[in-house]
Amino acid sequence: MNTTAQILQKKKNTILETWMQHQLSDATLRDDLMTNDELLKQSEELLGSLLKALSSGNYENIYASEYEQVTDLLGDISIMRARQGFSPRETTLYVLSLKKALCDTLEEEYKDQPEVLYREVMQLNQLLDNLSLVTVETFIKGREEVILRQTDEISEISTPVIRVWDGILALPIIGTLDSARTQVVMENLLQEIVNTGSSIAILDISGVPAVDSLVAQHLIKTVSATRLMGAECIISGIRAEIAQTIVHLGIDLSNIKTKASLASALHLAFGMLNLEVRRNDRNKSTKLFN
Amino acid sequence: MERIPILKMGPFLLVTIQVDLYDRLALTLENDLISMVSKTGARGVLIDISAVSIVDSFMGRILGNIASMSRIMDAETVVVGMQPAVAITLVELGLTLQGVYTALNVEKGMELLNTKIGLDLAAEEEKDEQEEEAE
Amino acid sequence: MIVMSKDTMQIVREQDVVPFRNRVREFSTKIGMSLVNQTKLITAASELVRNMLKYAGGGKVLLEIISKNTQTGVRLTFTDEGPGIADVQQAMRDGFSTGKSLGLGLPGTKRLVNEFDIKSIVGEGTTVTIIHWKNGR
Repeated sequence: MNTTAQILQKKKNTILETWMQHQLSDATLRDDLMTNDELLKQSEELLGSLLKALSSGNYENIYASEYEQVTDLLGDISIMRARQGFSPRETTLYVLSLKKALCDTLEEEYKDQPEVLYREVMQLNQLLDNLSLVTVETFIKGREEVILRQTDEISEISTPVIRVWDGILALPIIGTLDSARTQVVMENLLQEIVNTGSSIAILDISGVPAVDSLVAQHLIKTVSATRLMGAECIISGIRAEIAQTIVHLGIDLSNIKTKASLASALHLAFGMLNLEVRRNDRNKSTKLFN
Repeated sequence: MERIPILKMGPFLLVTIQVDLYDRLALTLENDLISMVSKTGARGVLIDISAVSIVDSFMGRILGNIASMSRIMDAETVVVGMQPAVAITLVELGLTLQGVYTALNVEKGMELLNTKIGLDLAAEEEKDEQEEEAE
Repeated sequence: MIVMSKDTMQIVREQDVVPFRNRVREFSTKIGMSLVNQTKLITAASELVRNMLKYAGGGKVLLEIISKNTQTGVRLTFTDEGPGIADVQQAMRDGFSTGKSLGLGLPGTKRLVNEFDIKSIVGEGTTVTIIHWKNGR
């Protein structure tokens, strides 16, 4: 065990205290996201494992087995902070304030030996810089996971298949259609066609902000897949500006049944199933009540 | 040699594919079906593929061939029960089975064939009547 | 990228196609791929294996389960010692075919999988590598 590690081990409590002071005095302290007790517990655990790793004499390679516990802990802390809504700055400052606390202690110890102080501080500096890089990386990864999960959730929530009539399904599409989304739309729609034995599906695109040639291609794919299953597909909710762009872009939708509104698509669907919707005769219905 | 059985139901032929087809079996099916159409004078062919999990371009081409050949011999072809995953894959592959009628299940397929043939028969009767009137 | 398990299959006649497809299905089920993505991968594999039989009289396929970052997927490598493809770019265009087919083979296959790579040397053979990730992205 080298001397610096020994000194730090001995001064563990002082370091922890200084570190906590640094953290608590920081203007960006988020006591709304985390209680001070929790912070203390977290910091103590991290410091303990870091000092243990330092006692091996390894100051450079944070991917060595001695540092496994440290990086794991840091990873957990950063991912947790990412989920709790800490900013990257706050998360990095957590590690950087530890650096300050460690250096303060060393300064105290080695004040008579400037060259030793310089060497040791540089070493520690490098080590903690590496650790803070790990923190940032994991933090971003944690955020990315959150985003991915949300993307999945959004694409599932936003594509409900509604059974509007016996044999008729409607699927309102809201938001832009990209290829991943089209996949989900197709899967949901086709599965629902099988489950309900429906022979007509209405795709309502009133909620699609713009239709370019790519979106149109996705729509055509969905219609073709529906037809392969043996059901017919009607596209409704085509607004004036969408009709304009479709024609300007030269997209051919002539093989597809299109309607301006969901109501007229439903009307067409009724016709295809030989159904008729009629207004009740007033006289007859009043007679029922007599 | 292994063969896919072909059932005759009234004016229609019914085929249910229960196994993953390897190429020779598919080609045999094509031959058998077409010779059955010509032998029985069937007016419709119904192919149930609800148990088929993979349709590649070769299988797609066989289905298309059966439909076009039958049409020349005055019989319509309906493919029924395609699985959603298969339909999505075929569309992505660029194969839309042009000229093949599709239906959700055997029952709906039969209905479809009946309307196609029924319209045909009605048109023929009308033509006969007109000819009689002309005489 | 880490290879988690692998297997090789020789494809010499068309009867090998169905067992090969079943093996691909096993691999993709093992990593929990959804039905649609399985179907896409197996169909793509089926197209490539047919090409190999038709143009090169057979070849071999390497099946692997791979892991990269947080993703797992199936990688298939088709190697043949056939005549090779003179103009790969042309072969990748929709509607192009030297054989009597619809010409959907290569471009259609590319659309079915996440990653597609083809290398061909005339007179020596062709290698096609496809990767499909578990979540299809």
